Amino acid sequence: MSIRPLLEARAIAKYFGGVKALHDVSLTIAEGEIYGLIGPNGAGKTTFFNVLTGLYRPDGGELIFAGDKLQASAPHKAARRGIARTFQNIRLFGNMSAMENVMVGRHVRTRAGVLGAVLHNRKTVAEEAAIRRRAEELLHYVDIADRADDLAKHLSYGDQRRLEIARALATDPKLLALDEPAAGMNGAETGELRLLIEGIRKDGVTVLLIEHDVKLVMGLCDHVAVLDYGQKICEDVPAVVQKDPRVIEAYLGGELA
Amino acid sequence: MNAPTRPIFFDALRRNKSTAIAATVALGIVLAALPFLIGSHLGNSWLRILDFALLYIMLALGLNIVVGFAGLLDLGYIAFYAVGAYLYALLASPHFGLHLPVWLIIPAGAALSGIFGVLLGAPTLRLRGDYLAIVTLGFGEIVRIFLNNLNAPINITNGPQGISGIDPIRLGGVTLAKPIDFLGITVPSLHAYYYLFLALALLIVFITIRLENSRIGRAWVAIREDEIAAKACGIDTRNIKLLAFAMGASFGGVAGGLFAGFQAFVSPESFSLMESVMVLCMVVLGGMGNIPGVILGGVLLTLLPEIFRHGAGPVQQAIFGKVLLDPEALRMLLFGLALIVVMLYRPAGLWPSTTRRREFRGDAA
Repeated sequence: MSIRPLLEARAIAKYFGGVKALHDVSLTIAEGEIYGLIGPNGAGKTTFFNVLTGLYRPDGGELIFAGDKLQASAPHKAARRGIARTFQNIRLFGNMSAMENVMVGRHVRTRAGVLGAVLHNRKTVAEEAAIRRRAEELLHYVDIADRADDLAKHLSYGDQRRLEIARALATDPKLLALDEPAAGMNGAETGELRLLIEGIRKDGVTVLLIEHDVKLVMGLCDHVAVLDYGQKICEDVPAVVQKDPRVIEAYLGGELA
Repeated sequence: MNAPTRPIFFDALRRNKSTAIAATVALGIVLAALPFLIGSHLGNSWLRILDFALLYIMLALGLNIVVGFAGLLDLGYIAFYAVGAYLYALLASPHFGLHLPVWLIIPAGAALSGIFGVLLGAPTLRLRGDYLAIVTLGFGEIVRIFLNNLNAPINITNGPQGISGIDPIRLGGVTLAKPIDFLGITVPSLHAYYYLFLALALLIVFITIRLENSRIGRAWVAIREDEIAAKACGIDTRNIKLLAFAMGASFGGVAGGLFAGFQAFVSPESFSLMESVMVLCMVVLGGMGNIPGVILGGVLLTLLPEIFRHGAGPVQQAIFGKVLLDPEALRMLLFGLALIVVMLYRPAGLWPSTTRRREFRGDAA
């Protein structure tokens, strides 16, 4: 393939005591694709996310992101490099407005310090205006601009998921990692989410997707990797993954057989 | 959910610029006239209390950055007040024979307290809530105990006797300890201190407001709300937390320096755990995270004990014909009662931020 890889995970391992949460997991995500990561509960999907975004230090292996080794020691460094994420259990800043939540996402791409904040010099004022403008754009983008001034915790479940995506996009990511974004959504909401994710990819952001909704993953992703008991058992295009007997046995069961 | 949450008063101010200007001018006149009104009607002891109220406002605003914005419970905050006060005492008193100017000492006190803030913050970065409270409590006590004992082998702090004879604050060669003639008006010492404290309190209010509505302020609140999500948003939580500790501490250092110059005496007694608790009460009772609320908390909690102290005797005299209970004992009882009543009926504080008010209302609905 001529497409450049954006993320290469090489033999990633993560152990919790005797539990092999991740063992020898290697995968390659190409730039501009939607990559699905599936597997039964406890297979290590979220652990992989946490290693990728710097919340966990891996016990082995390395991550190559955009050509350079990802020093996955601190989450804010991962964000600076261009990896943004959402959380399986939504983690918004509940007592901040939707607008402010997205504005926090701009933190990593802005510079104003204490002095700028206090003196309100021209640079800071301009930067602040740009933050606000970008946050407004993103709220429009995920279609919750009318809730801008509401507290995040008062948004509906679906809107909270969208807000989390907007906040993640505010960090100007190269790779957007979504941890079960469709969880708890009904069919119509999932459909809208799908359009949103496709739109994000079209705008040049690579998407890594953990999802239980098999239909969504198979319909949306260019490549899918399957984790089971912390190990990758399969990685291919959806059509192949769907037919892989190991996958059917481990995860899909009789569902698609 | 979208009910108007901002008091109508402020909406009116916002809509009408001339009203806003008029209100500001009126407030300015009241603040300028206040010491003369209080001085002539209530006497000097109340003027002193007024001056202290301003110092406590500075302290409460400083602690509010740590507790209210960043959500880091700090029970040792008064240590920074002590650092500022002792720095002033050591650099401008006969104790070491140093008499440095105030414009040098106060910023130095702010800086040194800020450094102490970072020193306290660094080991507590991984702690939250109860655990953080205990460590900060320990820090506050350590500082006080050091001040108590650093009189041997080398006498630095003069131990429990404290340092006396501290230079009064001098501005441009004019000492605030004596009445000042200003354009034909005689400004007594307590008035002069009031204006100086007011000016610095306003400066701190200004800085706090600017910080609150900035990238830094949002990062603080984000950490308070969800630290992991804040990290994922690219916030270097370590540095931003240390910044909160340093900023909060530096306000305490300024207030401490002013306190030392004003009192002309410092001793470790002034920096007990009770003082930390008092400042925390001002923040919580006034309305955590909301600047006007914190100011209100500072004023009320400085005034209330004094009102009880001065009022309890005469009121008993009027009702029973004699003083049954010692006002000194009664005042803390009444004060505690007032705290409980406020927290029961206004759990978000007397003047919560619009956000917090929404929060409590939303939860009740």
